[in-house]
Amino acid sequence: MSAPAPPSPARRPPRRALVGASGLAGAVGLGVTVWLGLWVTPPDVHQRDLVRLLYIHPPIAWVALYLAFGLAGVASLLWLWPRTRARLWDRLAASAMEVGVVFTALTLLTGMLWGRPTWGVWWVWDARLTSTALLLVMQLGYLALRRVPADPDARARRSAVAALVAAVDVPIVHFSVDWWHTLHQPGTVLNPELDAKVHGAMAWTLLLGFVSVTLVFVWLLAERYRIEALADEAADAGLEAALEERWAEAGATAQAQAPAGVGS
Amino acid sequence: MWRDAVLVAGKDLRIELRSRVVLHQVLPFGVLVLLLFAFALGPEHGPLRQAAPGLFWLAVLFAGVLAVQRSVAVEGGEGTRDGLRLSGLDPAGIFLGKTVAVVVELLVLEAVLAAGVLLLFGAGVRSAGLLVLASLAGTAGMAAIGTLYGSLSAGLRVRETLLPLLALPVLAPVLVAGTRAWQLGLGTGPSGGSGPWVAMLLVFAAVYLALGVLVFGPLQESA
Repeated sequence: MSAPAPPSPARRPPRRALVGASGLAGAVGLGVTVWLGLWVTPPDVHQRDLVRLLYIHPPIAWVALYLAFGLAGVASLLWLWPRTRARLWDRLAASAMEVGVVFTALTLLTGMLWGRPTWGVWWVWDARLTSTALLLVMQLGYLALRRVPADPDARARRSAVAALVAAVDVPIVHFSVDWWHTLHQPGTVLNPELDAKVHGAMAWTLLLGFVSVTLVFVWLLAERYRIEALADEAADAGLEAALEERWAEAGATAQAQAPAGVGS
Repeated sequence: MWRDAVLVAGKDLRIELRSRVVLHQVLPFGVLVLLLFAFALGPEHGPLRQAAPGLFWLAVLFAGVLAVQRSVAVEGGEGTRDGLRLSGLDPAGIFLGKTVAVVVELLVLEAVLAAGVLLLFGAGVRSAGLLVLASLAGTAGMAAIGTLYGSLSAGLRVRETLLPLLALPVLAPVLVAGTRAWQLGLGTGPSGGSGPWVAMLLVFAAVYLALGVLVFGPLQESA
């Protein structure tokens, strides 16, 4: 029924199709979320139309703070652990961190857009905001470290340690800023009851938002991973080609010299 | 591990005693930062005294980055890193030794900066024990992070710019907790229990000392 094909290309298409499908589903889901969020769901009693940010801000924050950063941390740990050490984990950590930076920046951006009309200020020194901002700087540091040209193994080792240090630090930052507030001024500006008041069409829209943003993340992550793997392949191929060229050159000079040697 | 740590710490401190780079360059820089803060905040003692704990820790943080750079540069000579690797010393011991050397250097620096804060900013001491305890715990955490990231960026051409970007955000809890503890110790901030802050500094130091002991070995293999 199916035509015989070489094994490696035959294995690739289904996975690529799955990745593409998740991207498409994420895009369609996001479109529907926007439609539901802007036109179908009712405005909130207190927040009015501002509540519509609820459908995108928490999903983006969930991807940025837990999924992407958590994945990068776990993958780094698995790379550092000698028994599970594989290039896969290094690539996964790098991809998750890089895609995560975009989501962290979006979390801060949508949060600030929401904060300005709700709280009257763009920024408050709340535990969540402060630790997210520091997380963004740490992620940028990680990416800067990765950009330093180095042998892939050394780079993976450095990056994994940096990711681990940051992963341990973020909860400590969160606690420290939290205590800083609770010990000196009671109550934070963020309203934790907000989530409890969500119901009906709003809950479904929020759920769809979570699913769609997660699918978009998965799609970006898979594509980024593929690019990383291709870059590794290209580097290896480049090295081999350069080696072959040198060998060929050496062979050519040897051949050119041999007859001359005989003739003289 | 402990014996190696003492050896490495002794070596780094001996180099410092002979070269005096931290003493003659980093220490004056720390004092300079205090002076610059005063220029930025104005000559009145009131705001300066209020801000004194935070300014102290900021000056320590900035000078600490320089002290760590120096600690890395000491191993930057040709073949020094290889020599250290081939010496058979326990990597965990090397990490602890270098950390202890940075701690000792920073404690000297902090003593001078504390005197500066008291004299220049007109701050008064309420609890000297708390100040010393917070400084010890905070400095241990800072030196651990610094040594870990220092070895991470050792040998890289962009080390000078990369190290502060990596280390300073991670050190944010030290700044927060150290400043609160010093506010209580100097009596400049709102009153409250100092327990959580000192505990946080101790936990921070313990966590990163442990992490450094665990991952310093693998880090040394590469590069």
